[in-house]
Formats: sequence, structure tokens, C-alpha cells
Amino acid sequence: MTGNHSAWEKVQLARHAQRPTAKLLIHTLAPDFLELKGDRCFANDDAIVGGIGTIDKITMTIIAEEKGTTLEEKIRNHFGMPHPEGYRKVMRLVRQAEKFSRPILFLIDTPGAYPGFEAESRGQAEAIASLLRLLFTIKTPIIAVVLSEGGSGGALAIGIADYILMLENATYSILSPEGFAAILYKDASLANKVADDMKLTADDLFAYGIIDEIIPEAAGGWHIDNYTPLSALQTKITEKARSLLQLDPKTLLENRQARYRRYGIYVEDKT
Amino acid sequence: MANFLDKHREKVVMFNQQYRGKRKLKTTKIDVPENLFTRCPFCQDLILTEAVEANDYVCPYCGKYFQISGRKRLAMLVDPGSFIEYDKKLKTSNPLNFPGYEEKIHKVSLETGENEAFISGKATIDRMNVMIGVLDSHFLMGSMGSVVGEKVTRLIEASITERLPLVIVCASGGARMQEGIFSLMQMAKTAAALARHNDARLFYLSVITHPTTGGVSASFAMLGDIIVAEKDALIGFAGKRVIAQTIKEDLPDHFQTADFLLEKGMLDIVIERKELKQTIVKLLQFHRQEEDHDR
Ligand SMILES: [Zn+2]
Repeated sequence: MTGNHSAWEKVQLARHAQRPTAKLLIHTLAPDFLELKGDRCFANDDAIVGGIGTIDKITMTIIAEEKGTTLEEKIRNHFGMPHPEGYRKVMRLVRQAEKFSRPILFLIDTPGAYPGFEAESRGQAEAIASLLRLLFTIKTPIIAVVLSEGGSGGALAIGIADYILMLENATYSILSPEGFAAILYKDASLANKVADDMKLTADDLFAYGIIDEIIPEAAGGWHIDNYTPLSALQTKITEKARSLLQLDPKTLLENRQARYRRYGIYVEDKT
Repeated sequence: MANFLDKHREKVVMFNQQYRGKRKLKTTKIDVPENLFTRCPFCQDLILTEAVEANDYVCPYCGKYFQISGRKRLAMLVDPGSFIEYDKKLKTSNPLNFPGYEEKIHKVSLETGENEAFISGKATIDRMNVMIGVLDSHFLMGSMGSVVGEKVTRLIEASITERLPLVIVCASGGARMQEGIFSLMQMAKTAAALARHNDARLFYLSVITHPTTGGVSASFAMLGDIIVAEKDALIGFAGKRVIAQTIKEDLPDHFQTADFLLEKGMLDIVIERKELKQTIVKLLQFHRQEEDHDR
């Protein structure tokens, strides 16, 4: 269903300079969105935008990785690579969502966690790990959308969900193809060659059961027609939120646990 | 230990003197019985292998820690003969059909004698029952793919079922690249199991050794109720080289060392290798369950 683009072409489409970012989706689907900032501990991380908004009469906590569109924004948001305070803000906002029984919407778009001195000093490994564990205890529905780039632990940190949608040309992977090629072949310029082997397209991830549904984009990509995926997203997000809200919290958490419990492919000798 | 060294000191000194003359030559093979001596990778001195073993794989000359295999680490911590290994029959397949992956696993298995990078099971430590798992940095840098993630998860589940404390000794380069998204998902899977372990109010002790980075540090390594790290261990999420390349920042020498993390508030205790076991024993004693107190 996803056209004839190669994996590497999709990597380029997912990073396209004109590709919309989470804020277009938020402002279109939840016009009353109110941003809530800060981790109450160290700082506010602009790479992750969090707040409350109403999508088709459902009040949701919306949390999005936002790369920014202008150069000024991109620098302020450090190109969508979260710092530890970003994950810690998410921890605060998901606990708040649980307290007020609001469903949660995660919008994923990041090259990955921020590879820097400050991020390491403030414990990004601990922040990601603690957020992952916390999300398995939050008794309110979580829906995630892989919008564009789903890079490594930075993507997974807001990728724990009960239902996961992915845009047609988005990617989701252990590392960027450049980083992957640098680690395995000591040559980042082989990125275009390894992209296919990495199995990072929406089709691959759907086949593996990592995501639940693919949202089509206009021919040529999301930047050609901004509104094509948005109405489908609105329908899917609200449908799913409504049906997940019917589940009792215990079942919701058991299902979430079971989903991630089965990930992994290995063999077990019977002898 | 001191006695042992004294006894052999003369021999070692003689050997070092002989060998020093030749060191500039490109000799890697030396004319002594195999494995009798071990060369310290840090100070290059030759040490009797027995002396290295008796000193917990710490160089008696320069004090630096040797990187040890999972089996050796396990033997240092558990009571002799008490270890019952679990999930030995889990083997790696090739989830993404990644080119060359099966061959690589096969080769490393032959070299190390292990199926995968995580050894787990039930044992006693100072006669206290524990579930214990050890990552093996000798097996593809202790990287976490489907088998490691599954074995870690099963160990956590066994700890919940048997209501026993859990000890995991970490040493890992992070994700198993060749398993792509499945490797990433092991972070979620192990964190999910630890959420259940936490709900069950059981003790989880994370022991971090050199090196622990990437996906392992950002999942179960950093989720211990108590986190103890071995002195000089490299601990971090992003690789030092990647940080230097992308950010073009000068990094301080002790960046991402155990002491650096301790200073930043990310660890409970940094400890010498020779004190590790007694510290684990003490922590296990502090967390004994009711049943144990009756004995
Ligand atoms: Zn030495």
C-alpha cells in the first residue's frame, strides 16, 4: 500500500524540510490545546511539547516531540532531540493524565535522544528507563503516532502505547541509518545501503506487529498535501480512545503488558 | 593473596625483566607454558594467571580491573556449586534476516562457549536464595537482542513467582544492531517486567560494571532499587565518540565514569571489585523477606 519508495527514500521523506511537524497536527485536531511546561525539577525541554487539548470532544493529554520549523525554533528545540528534563516532564504529565482519567496521545518525531554532555550529566539513561517503566503502570489509554522519524530510545520513550499508528513514510528504528552504518561498518556514508536491511518502514513494522495501523499520505509525501493524513488520524485517534476508555484499568494494563511481552524472535530447543 | 604474591614475586620479577627486553618486538607469543602468565592490558606487566584469579581479576601491579566473562563474574559472586542455570536452550535466530548475522553468532558462540550474552538462573549468595543474571561483555559486547531481552524478562518473572530478590550484573555495549527494532523493544519488555516486579514489592539490585551503555543503561541497568557500580566502569547512554562528533564539545576525562555518575546523583554506591560481594551480601540481608527471618 505504500507506493514504490525504497527504505532510504522514506528516510529522506520522513526528514523532508517541508514535512509538517507535530504542531500542525495539534493545532488542527485540538484547536484549544494549552501547553504545559516544565519538569518541576530542572527546566523545560522544548524538544517535547506537552499539554491538554480536545480532539472531537475527548479531552486528552497530548505529548509531542517537536523538531521546530524555523531555524530559531529548531535550535531552541535542539532538532527534536529530548533532554532528560523532557522525559521527566512527560512523567509528570502522564501521572496528571492518569489522575484525571484523560487518555494520552503521544506524537513521535525525533532523530533520537540528545547525544551531549548535559544530557548525560543529568542522567538521560535513568530518565528514559524510569519513563518506560512508569508507562506500564499508567491506568489511562495511551495512543501513539509515529509521525516522521522514530529514532532509538528517544522515540521509544514516548512509544509505549495501547494502539500505535504510523504515517506511511515515517520510519522507526534502533538508530539512524547513519549511526547504524557507523557502528556496524565504521562508515556512516553507507547509510543508504543499510536502510533496507534495517527494516524501518511502516510496512516492515506492521508486518512485525510493532505498529497497529498505517495512515496513508498523499502521493509524494506529507509535505505535498498537509491535510491528507490528518482527517484519518482524527478518526482513528478518537475511535480508539473511545473504545479503550471502555476497558477497565486492570485489563488495559494487562493488555499493554502482554503486547510488549511478546516482542522478540528467538528459538528454544525442546530437547 | 599477599602470601601468594610474595611466593611468586621473584619469579614474576625475573620474568618481567626478561620479557621487558623483548617487549618492543612484535611478539605476542612468549616462550612459557600456555596460560601460565597473563599480560595486564593496562600496565603491560606479566602476572601469574593464578595470581590474577586470586586477586579477583585485578592487576596486582597497577590496580586496574580486567574485563571478565559472565561465567567468571558469576563464580566470583555466588556460593560454589549453588548456581542452577535457566533458559539455556534459548538461541538466537535472525529476526530481520540481517546479512551475516547467523554466521557471526555462530562464530562468537564457538569462541566463548556461550549461546548468548546473558547467563541467568537461581543461586545462593552467602546462603541466601537469589535470582541472578550476568551480562557477558565477551559475547558481542553484551549487546541486547531478543534472547537477552527474553532471558532478562524470564528471570524477573521467576523472581516474582518465587518471591526472591533479583540481582543483575550489567556489562553491555547496548543494542544488538542486527536485530533492529526487536532490540529496541527489549528495553520496553524488560522495563515492563520490572514494573510488575516493583508492584510485587521485591528487591532488585542492579550491579553496573564496565562498560554499560545504550539500551541496557536506559532500561534495566538504571531501574534497580539500589544501583551499585564497580569502580572505573564506563556508564552512559550515548557513546563518547558520538557525543564528541555531533556536539564538538570537549569532554572531561572522567566523563561517563562511575565516579562521574555518582557525583551527578545517578548511582547509590561505587565500589572496589574486592568489596563487591560483601556489599551485595549486606544489601540482600537488609532486604530479607519475613520467611527468611524465621529461619
Ligand atoms: Zn596492570
